[in-house]
Amino acid sequence: MNLSLLILLPAITSLIILFSGKEQAKRIALGGALIQLGLTIFLLMCFWADSNLPGATQFIYEYNASWFPALQINYHVGVDGISVAMILLTAFVVFAGILMSWKVDRMQKEFFFLLTILGAGAYGFFISLDLFLMFFFLEVAVIPKFMLIGIWGSGKKIYSANKLALMLMAGSALVLIGMFGVYFLSNIGTASFDLVQISANGIPKDVQLYFFPFLFVGFGVFTALFPFHTWVPDGHSSAPTAASMFLAGISMKLGGYGCLRVATYLMPEAAEHYSWIIILLATIAIIYGAFATMMQTDLKYMNAYSSVSHCGFVLLGIGMLTPTAVTGAVLQMVSHGLMTALFFAAIGMLYERTHTREVAKLGGLLKVMPFISTVFFIAGLCSLGLPGLSGFVAEMTVFVGSWERVELLYRLATILACMSIVVTAVYILRATGKAMMGPVLNPEFNKLKDAAWNERLAGVVLIAGILAMGVMPFWLKDLVSPGALNIIEQINGVALLK
Amino acid sequence: MSELFSLLKHEFCLIGMIVFLLLIKIRSKEWSGESLIRMMNVFLVFNLIFGFFYNSTGELFDSMFRNSGLIAFEKNILNLALLIIHLQSVAWMKGHKHLTEFYLLLLSSMTGMFFLLSSGNWLMFYLALELSTIPLAALCNFDLEKKRSGEAAMKMIMSSGFSSCILLFGLSLLYGSTGTIDFAEMASAIEGTPLQILAFIFVFTGFAFKLSVAPFHFWTADVYEGSPFAITAYLSVVSKGTVVFVLASIFYTVFNGISEIWYDVLVISAVITMTIGNLFALRQNNMKRFLAFSSIAQVAYLLIGISGSSDLGMSSSIYFVLIYVFSNLGAFAVVAHISAHTGKENIGDYNGLYKSNPGMSWLLGISLFSLAGIPPTAGFFGKLFLLTAGAEVGNWPLIIFAALNMVVSLYYYLRVIRAVFMEDGIQPLSKLDIGTSSKIAMLFCVSGILLLGFTSGLYEYILSLSYGL
Repeated sequence: MNLSLLILLPAITSLIILFSGKEQAKRIALGGALIQLGLTIFLLMCFWADSNLPGATQFIYEYNASWFPALQINYHVGVDGISVAMILLTAFVVFAGILMSWKVDRMQKEFFFLLTILGAGAYGFFISLDLFLMFFFLEVAVIPKFMLIGIWGSGKKIYSANKLALMLMAGSALVLIGMFGVYFLSNIGTASFDLVQISANGIPKDVQLYFFPFLFVGFGVFTALFPFHTWVPDGHSSAPTAASMFLAGISMKLGGYGCLRVATYLMPEAAEHYSWIIILLATIAIIYGAFATMMQTDLKYMNAYSSVSHCGFVLLGIGMLTPTAVTGAVLQMVSHGLMTALFFAAIGMLYERTHTREVAKLGGLLKVMPFISTVFFIAGLCSLGLPGLSGFVAEMTVFVGSWERVELLYRLATILACMSIVVTAVYILRATGKAMMGPVLNPEFNKLKDAAWNERLAGVVLIAGILAMGVMPFWLKDLVSPGALNIIEQINGVALLK
Repeated sequence: MSELFSLLKHEFCLIGMIVFLLLIKIRSKEWSGESLIRMMNVFLVFNLIFGFFYNSTGELFDSMFRNSGLIAFEKNILNLALLIIHLQSVAWMKGHKHLTEFYLLLLSSMTGMFFLLSSGNWLMFYLALELSTIPLAALCNFDLEKKRSGEAAMKMIMSSGFSSCILLFGLSLLYGSTGTIDFAEMASAIEGTPLQILAFIFVFTGFAFKLSVAPFHFWTADVYEGSPFAITAYLSVVSKGTVVFVLASIFYTVFNGISEIWYDVLVISAVITMTIGNLFALRQNNMKRFLAFSSIAQVAYLLIGISGSSDLGMSSSIYFVLIYVFSNLGAFAVVAHISAHTGKENIGDYNGLYKSNPGMSWLLGISLFSLAGIPPTAGFFGKLFLLTAGAEVGNWPLIIFAALNMVVSLYYYLRVIRAVFMEDGIQPLSKLDIGTSSKIAMLFCVSGILLLGFTSGLYEYILSLSYGL
């Protein structure tokens, strides 16, 4: 399968949107997203068929063309199981996000144009095997977020948009520095951005120790690494619904994927060396995020802080460096992406109707809006890790993987992270109970209508993803774990050499 | 004879036009503004196209004047910039009474720039520098009824005169220590004696004035603010571009013997310039001053690229200047247009611009993103390649500093973006009519910004040229 289609399709879609009429914009965007969803499912089928063939390499469907030969910059794409999982997640969230923004009331063309570009950036990022290309797509995805929040957002939107853009740009500046380090100082001898080549040749250990922090922290900013998570609550709460979904569902995953694919994969020794710091920060993020969520009264802030906590699990899994834990980290990325997008969709629907996101002002909505409330419930239960939904699978895998590490710090971190689930249960149950159950607080609410077709469809698509992962996790696990194994083998290979 | 022609054809072309303009001036009846502008458009297009043909490499006048594929390419970039500047300032020129003089001075200055690029000898270099600068000072004064314009001209002539003095002092020391003023001969005579280093510092100071490298940048913002838009654009693109080209080629050839010293000088000035440019740009409210400080910060990245002292550094700086031409002129096109029609120049006046003028807002947005180095605009590639050239040497503190400075610069570029796209203006600008020539200029800029980054062929071409350095 030609992977370039995955970038080309949204790029063409966005161009058509730019030259279309106001009313057609959303239809074109939805059509593009639907074809893209079909394409990614086709990719999954192809991947299943082709990755087990004899002679299949770590990355398949590779395509490598020279772009700037003088600088050894190549257009090099290819996928392994981890990328396929992330691409699948992106397609689901993009499709649902476009459905959720069916009623955008101003500058529709620009809105859908930016959403589609944002999606294109994410697809490009996940398939790149060239650091320059990856960095290109990473930055392509930053400005649309800024515009989406700044123009269509609510509350202190300009402050949030600025904060987000500057923090993410600072993150990518760090990535840039790390990238140059890898480019010039790897063992290849000549400068190269090629991920596959660099990982095959390795990087000297002292270089790894210098540049790993840059790459990991740089990507970490994107995935809310403590203490660089502060853009998350502001950004999410000010963003329009679809942008929140994209932000939490896709954009934060760019960081996690980068930490894994670039930082850990290329610099295994440094990852091992610094893993205790990663574990420490991830544990802080998990605990702090959970407790901070408990104190929130605004639903979007709640979900944003809980995202900090849940993305902590991703980093925890990466930091543990066992195959199971890394698989868990990827599962958690997918699960959190779907779950949090669903949550934001539900909050968006509620807000659009009740015009408030304060938990205290809501009540008894299950009677009025059964569909939306159910969606809200499912997202909440998934967030607290109810078996049968994706959250359970992912978090369980992370914990099992973490427990494989016997050192005291790692054990302690695992125990603390496990305990945070209790806190999660407290805030999720409290919020859902308060907002959904009980008497209808505001008589005005009785007039509100339940979800429209587009909202129902978005909810159903995301819930289908969550269930597909929660009820039968093996397919996703089998998809991801060879990729995770490859990354860990780098470390073990190094350990064996010693 | 044919060699004389083919080597000097860029200059001949301009001088021919200057003579023609003089003839028009001498005749009793002067041409109308409209027809002058039209003729100038035709001439500049011809000039640009002509520049690509009949190029040859060689030296003239006892190696005082040299030409090569690289120099011809640089001249073509400048020709292109001049054409865009001319197209976008038609609205301003239409209202001006002394157009013939304006063109005369502009083309003289441009001729100076060309000779500067081609100079192979410090004497020629100095003459060309003055030829390019003195008409510029007069041009700064061309908003005749504005006091600020006069102030700008005064500042320009004073500061450039002062910088010339310092440069000349450095040159005299160089001559004293090497006994020659020819570039090639001097290159072999420079060994890094204290006197030569002292002389080098003076010469660099002269360059720094022209490039507005901190701490010699003080004239920039005032002159940019006071001058007519065409001249501000010319100063920030053509003048700066030329000096960057010349600086790179002189450093790589003449001062090759003391490359460790100029490496340090370049790095230190890049760091200071970047910091000062960025910090001052944060607080500007006038768009012209804002663009002045942003262009100061941009130069710092060029210095980093040049400090890489390699083919990569040279070709990346040329590539960056080419991109910078499009991005900076794109921003200038919008600012100039709004200023010419409404007289408004403050960032606050741009609030809600998108609602009334979406096309111009997109152009401004894309240009500023390109200046900030955000993909998929060309500025991303330009800046990244410059940093790559800088990182090749392995000066990591510098690269870290530069990368983080890019974030600071993003803040102020986003300020304008915010005003244009997000704020609701109390008195938003009304819908402005964009003339045909402005439209063409804007189209040039947009296509340049969007396409240049992806066309790796162009970069390869520049690289192949700079091997002949």
